[in-house]
Amino acid sequence: MQNGSVVMVRDLLVKYGDRVILDGVNFDIRRGEVLVLLGASGSGKSTLLRHLIGLEKPESGSIIVNDVDIVRCSDAELNRVRQSIGVSFQNAALFSSMTVSQNVAFPLLERTRLADSTIDEVVQLKLAQVGLLHFGSFTPSQLSGGMLKRAAVARATALDPEILFFDEPSADLDPITAAGIDDLVLYLKNALQMTVLVVTHELHSAFQIADRLAFLKDRKLVAIGSRDAIAHSADPWVRQFLDRVPDRKSNDQTELLHQLAERLGVKCPKK
Amino acid sequence: MNAAPVESVTGIGRSSLSGVEYLGALAVQFWRSLRGIAAINPFALHPLRWKHAIDEMVSTGVSAVPVVALTGFCAGLILAFQGGSELRKLGALELVIQLVAIGITREAGPLITAITVAGRSGSAFSAEIGAMVLTDEINVLKTMALDPVEVLVSPKFLAMLVVLPCLTVVADMAGILAGGWFAFTTIGTGLQLYIHAALDSLYLRDIMSGLIKSAVFGTLITQIGCLEGFRVKRSAQDVGRATTTAVVKSYFLVILADLLFTAFFYVVWR
Repeated sequence: MQNGSVVMVRDLLVKYGDRVILDGVNFDIRRGEVLVLLGASGSGKSTLLRHLIGLEKPESGSIIVNDVDIVRCSDAELNRVRQSIGVSFQNAALFSSMTVSQNVAFPLLERTRLADSTIDEVVQLKLAQVGLLHFGSFTPSQLSGGMLKRAAVARATALDPEILFFDEPSADLDPITAAGIDDLVLYLKNALQMTVLVVTHELHSAFQIADRLAFLKDRKLVAIGSRDAIAHSADPWVRQFLDRVPDRKSNDQTELLHQLAERLGVKCPKK
Repeated sequence: MNAAPVESVTGIGRSSLSGVEYLGALAVQFWRSLRGIAAINPFALHPLRWKHAIDEMVSTGVSAVPVVALTGFCAGLILAFQGGSELRKLGALELVIQLVAIGITREAGPLITAITVAGRSGSAFSAEIGAMVLTDEINVLKTMALDPVEVLVSPKFLAMLVVLPCLTVVADMAGILAGGWFAFTTIGTGLQLYIHAALDSLYLRDIMSGLIKSAVFGTLITQIGCLEGFRVKRSAQDVGRATTTAVVKSYFLVILADLLFTAFFYVVWR
């Protein structure tokens, strides 16, 4: 494993039709770290994640996960790589026709040859890890947003993956629940030595959990570095993001009003 | 040179290409789900998909028995009335018995069952899978290194292959019973005599051709329903469209397949 990197992304170019979504993205995820991918809404974070787990193929570039280039490999190889990853989707995506326990048991039943009693024990353990031990018999529709996310993590970690991909873990959650999710990520890293990629736009949570942070802006990865390096970054956009400064107001609105005034023949104060 | 004819020709080309592409996608999914069926093992350590298939058999088969029986009964009566009104003129009303028995087992039974099941279950398949696309549940299966076709389509397909011929037999029996009722009220044939006459007029091949057809119809309904579900892209509207398209396409292809089969049997078995 080169420089201890589990995932290597090189010169990634993603297009939907003529629209470029990601352009020249390069970064590594190192073994055992929590890398947080930050960026404004619509900057292509989720798209990048979908490429990392092989759901979509990029226009060009390579994505190497566990020494396999998942852009060019066969379906069988992709499936082998996927056995070492776990994914928790933004909207949890639990199977709505099953209970929480059945959801967690599903990958074990499909992918392993463990005895039923062992599977029950693993499910109990995984649910206990995310604090849902007594909610196994609930259906997803009976759970709150934070519980759904935790249940999704329990399912994603059921087969003890090396890498966990976590999309927007704390979006739409209250601060207390969000803090619980942060703790969960740290627990997975520290206790289970998992490598975790978290995609988010929650600054506070990012600085709680990250070993390193990466910033995505306008189709490009503009900055990547350790928590301290990012916190003291001089990059103007990173500073703006960290200091929560809004973009300068566009003049579109004034422009429109002036045009309207002209059409109506109303005199208005000069621009 | 006028632009309009060129455009219409490109239009024809494009739609026939997409038609070919659709059939190709159906064939690929059919093949993958067949492989998936081969892997369904009721004696496996975790017969998850077998249980799933049984559940599907209950929901697409057992709970459809009343409606299929009722439509079969109505179809039998309709056949009897329509045939009777002509045969009466010839003074051969008793031939209604044969007409109903043959018409139902060869044609009306399989067709009406398929239409009913396409409306009930084909639409349900596409809605279920379409909703799973929207909630990323399909993507979850993929990231678990599982083939969504094998996990979701194969149990439904197996269930349909088992259940549709069974439902067809139910419709056949209900239809023939309706014919018996007609015969009893018009010419006063007793039930025992009626059944005897009806069975006499039937050959095994009439029933078999109906059952073979119904298995093919089941294949079409499952594959189309599921494929339309997988084609949902991003909105709830897509799910509605998928269910509609699934039903319309199933109806059309079921009737087309029926025509091909009937023509085939007409030529081969005489």
